This record gives sequence, C-alpha cells and structure tokens, in this order.
Amino acid sequence: MSNKFTKGLLRKIPWHINDSEVTPEAVFKDRRNIVKALGLGAVGASMPSAAQADIFDLFSKDKEKKNFVTQPLAFTKDTNYANDEIVTPYNKVTTHNNFYEFGTSKKAPAQNSQEFQVEPWSLVIDGEVERPITLGYDDFTKLMELEQRTYRMRCVEAWSMVIPWLGFPLATLLKRAGVTSKGKYVAFETLHDPEQMPGQKNRFLGGGIHYPYVEGLTIAEAMNDLTFMAVGLYGKSLPPQNGAPIRLVVPWKYGFKSIKSVVRIRVTSQRPPTSWNQLAANEYGFYANVNPGVDHPRWSQASERRIAEGGLFSAKRIPTLPFNGYGDQVADLYRGLDLRKNF
Amino acid sequence: MRLTNKHLFLLKAFMHWAALVPIVYLVLAVMTDEAGGDPVQYIIHYTGIGALNTLLIMLCISPIAKRFKQGVLVQTRRLIGLYVFAYATLHLAAFISLDLLFEWSLFFTETVKRPYILVGMLAYLLLFALAITSLNSIKRNMGKRWQKLHNSVYVVALLVPLHFIWSVKSEIIEPSIYIALTALLLWARKDQLKRIFSR
Ligand code: HEM
Repeated sequence: MSNKFTKGLLRKIPWHINDSEVTPEAVFKDRRNIVKALGLGAVGASMPSAAQADIFDLFSKDKEKKNFVTQPLAFTKDTNYANDEIVTPYNKVTTHNNFYEFGTSKKAPAQNSQEFQVEPWSLVIDGEVERPITLGYDDFTKLMELEQRTYRMRCVEAWSMVIPWLGFPLATLLKRAGVTSKGKYVAFETLHDPEQMPGQKNRFLGGGIHYPYVEGLTIAEAMNDLTFMAVGLYGKSLPPQNGAPIRLVVPWKYGFKSIKSVVRIRVTSQRPPTSWNQLAANEYGFYANVNPGVDHPRWSQASERRIAEGGLFSAKRIPTLPFNGYGDQVADLYRGLDLRKNF
Repeated sequence: MRLTNKHLFLLKAFMHWAALVPIVYLVLAVMTDEAGGDPVQYIIHYTGIGALNTLLIMLCISPIAKRFKQGVLVQTRRLIGLYVFAYATLHLAAFISLDLLFEWSLFFTETVKRPYILVGMLAYLLLFALAITSLNSIKRNMGKRWQKLHNSVYVVALLVPLHFIWSVKSEIIEPSIYIALTALLLWARKDQLKRIFSR
C-alpha cells in the first residue's frame, strides 16, 4: 500500500510571512455582511454549536479581533532537520492547533488565546538538580543563545506539519542546573490559570483533561540534542496558541508530548504521570514515539496527512516513518525495549 | 388552528432554507479561513453534527404532530430525512476525500478495523436504503415492507450517537448530551417501538 503514497514532497521553497496572509480587516467586515445578508440569525437549532458560536461572534457588535503581538527574534544557527520538505505556512501553523486549555477544536486556540499574558512569566527548573533555576520572560531570549531548527511535527491524530522553530536544546538548560545522580526523568507542567485558560475553567471546553497538563521524558530523552525548548517560530516569538512563551518540542514523538506554555521543569527519580496517558493508557503511552507499526485503537498510524501549502485538496498522504524520521539520532535510546508494548 | 397544504408549502420552503443555509455558511467559512487553517476536521465534524441534528429534528416531527393534532406535519419527514442523508453523504465524502485523500485501501481497512467507523458505515448504509426507497413509486411497490424498512430509522438513531461517542478522544460531554436526547425521543414513542419489536 505504501508505495502508492506520494513520496517525499521534496521541494525547497523560501518561505516568508507577508501581511497578505493575515485576513485584512476589510475582508473580515465583508464576511460579516455576507453572513448577515443570508439571514443566518434564525438558523438556530439546525446548526452545530461551534458554528453557532461563530455566528454569534459575527453578530456581536464590532468586537474587533485583537491579535497577540509577537516579536522578531534573532538567532545564530539555522539547521534544517526536515530534509528540505515543504514548510507548513505560518497561517496554518498558527490556526490549526491542539491546545485544549483554549478549547478542543483546532481553531479554538487561535480564537481564544489572543489576550493571553506571557509577561511576566516564570519557568522553574528544580527537583533533582544541583542549582535550581528560575527564568523570567526576558531570560529565554537574553540568557539563552537561540537557534532555528526546522522539524517535522507528527500529531497522534495522523496529521503532520513542518515547522521552523526558534529556541535552544533542553540539555543546555538542564546542564546549567546540573542534574544529580538521582535524576532519571524530567516532568513538565503547563501554566494553570483558569482565568486565562477557559478550558481549565469549564470542563466542556477543556475536553475532560485533568489540568494542569503534565508531560514527561526519561533523562536520556531530555538530554538528546533534538529535544528542544522553543520560544518562537518563523523568526518571531511564539503566539499563545503555539505555546507561548516557551514550550517543549520533541520531534520524534507524537505532538502531545511537546507540552506548551511550560512553567515548571522538574527532574525526578520516578517516572512522572503524563496527561493523556492518565486519561487513556491503552491509547497513549508514556513514550509515544512516532511508530507506523503501532496503530491508535481508532485509526491507523501507518500514514499521515501532511499539511503543507495550498487549499483543501492539496494535502498529501505520506507514509509515517519510525521515530518520525529521526531514528538515526534517537533509536539507540530504546535499544532492548519492546516498542510495541512500550508505545 | 389546523395547518393546511398552503402552510405545508411554506413550512417546507422554510425547511429547505434552514437546511441549506448552514452548508452555504460552511463553504464561506472554509473559503475565508474562518474554519481554521486546516479545516478538514472542522468539515467532518460540522457535517456529522449537521446530520445528527437533522435526524433528531426529524424524530421530533411525529410526536409534535400527534400532540398538536397537526397531521400534515408528518409529510415533512421525507424532506428532512433526505437532508439527513445529504449531510451524512457530505460527511462521508469529506472523510474519504479530505482526510484519507482517496486512499481507498486505507478506507476499507479502517472500516473493518475501527468499530466506530463500522458503526457509522452501518448507519450510512441504512440511511442510503431509506433515501432510495423514499420515492413514491417505490414506496407503493414495496407495500408493507416499506414501513418495516423505514422503522430502521430508529436503529440509525441508536447507531449515530454510539458512533459519535466512540469517535472522540476525551470530549465526552457533547456526545453524552446527544445520547440523552436520543433516548428521550425514543422514549417518547416507546409504545410504538414495543409494537414494532414484538412483532
Ligand atoms: C461510513 C460512514 C461514516 C464514516 C466513515 C464516518 C467517519 C467519521 C469520522 C472520521 C469522524 C470524526 C472523528 C474525529 O476526527 O474525531 C466522525 C464523527 C462523527 N460522525 Fe461520522 N462517519 C460515518 C457515518 C456517519 C453518519 C451516518 C452520521 C450521522 C447521521 C455520522 C455522524 C457523526 C457525528 C455526529 C460525529 C461527531 C462529530 C464531532 O465530533 O463533532 N457519521 N465520523
């Protein structure tokens, strides 16, 4: 079957964000008028709830959408870890997100997070370390040397993107803190702030996850050079829907491991609980390495829908690679481990 | 007031409008990026929920007709039922074309391997059978068997919420509400259902 897939997607195109990708205000207003002209107000019961919310949104008196303001970031090194595959356009990377803290639909995070406060921020690195560290918002960009890394991102839901991240290896941070001999795992925690994160306040919006969201890695995984703390994408600081101001990126694991808006990194001696694994251990393992040979109980992981450029029908289904194509760098971490059992 | 055929005409016109406007809205939302940067899942959910909502509205018709003694209302059921089928067809088409990108072998293996897809498929096949037999000429030819076949709409009403709750990752509140609503609507005609199933 797999030889029928489109191989590669090998075409390097220079990307840049231009303002035309952002919906101009005039179009936005036009859109409202179209919807008004259709007399959509009375549709009511026959409409899906999400669509209803949109309509109410459109009818609510000129509540202009405020966009979160991102900052340009400088970086010293630029490495492409994605074989020159086509980079997913900025507007798709920032409007198709899983971040249940801001709602469960793919577009909810971009819609509900634009007023998210990232300053001041405090990220604590503690636990089994010699020198606990607390980093503030400015420290991420001032104390750390930023580099750009283009990684594939494979969601457990069988879609994928290619994203140019800005940040630094997690190992740099952990080395500064000095992991002690008892440190065997690293536990991560997302901000818990129900006032700012509607999904944490309301079970219906939050999709039944126990908040705060937590994730974890083994210490060897955390020290691997690919394991990255991202503070930006596409040359600018992260927008909230992508995990501002700082998030984890582990490119050989399913996306849910790459925890967003991190406030705590704790080195531990025991394997920490992780959110999706707690919710459904038979569907989401602790390791969650990308593995085409182990299906999710409800869908195949053998292939993925690559979200690249173009409209609805331009996506491609491509075969999923073991470790998301990063086996050379990480397969050694799992030698002797049965990856079918430890999925 | 007793509804007449003229009212029926207006009511049907309204129903066409109410069923078509959400589709126009969907097309606009997708074209203007209002449905998100990658609207595939949005479209699948939108059309799936659209089919289910329409199905539930259809199930409300005869209890309302009975309660308010408005027999002509029953004549709107075919129209609504065909929209259930239309939304379900869009839903299935979106899954095959946008999510699987016409990878047919994947479609067949997924249908066999994933109970929730199989349940959706059964529901869709039943809806398909109901839709093609809704023509008056076929209805007449089928005689008593027509009613028997069309009683399977209640099976569809059980299968779809099951398909829904089985499909979600963790967001079980919304499908649970749908299961409760469906149970209520089936409960409202429990005597009739008893008769059907004891035969
Ligand atoms: C062969 C037939 C069918 C297939 C392959 C199919 C496939 C799917 C898929 C892939 C999903 C979304 C899973 C996800 O991304 O979370 C879904 C959800 C759903 N489907 Fe179907 N489906 C079928 C038939 C039907 C029918 C006949 C109905 C209704 C009459 C229906 C109603 C729904 C509903 C209500 C949802 C949940 C939407 C949501 O989560 O918001 N499906 N289906």
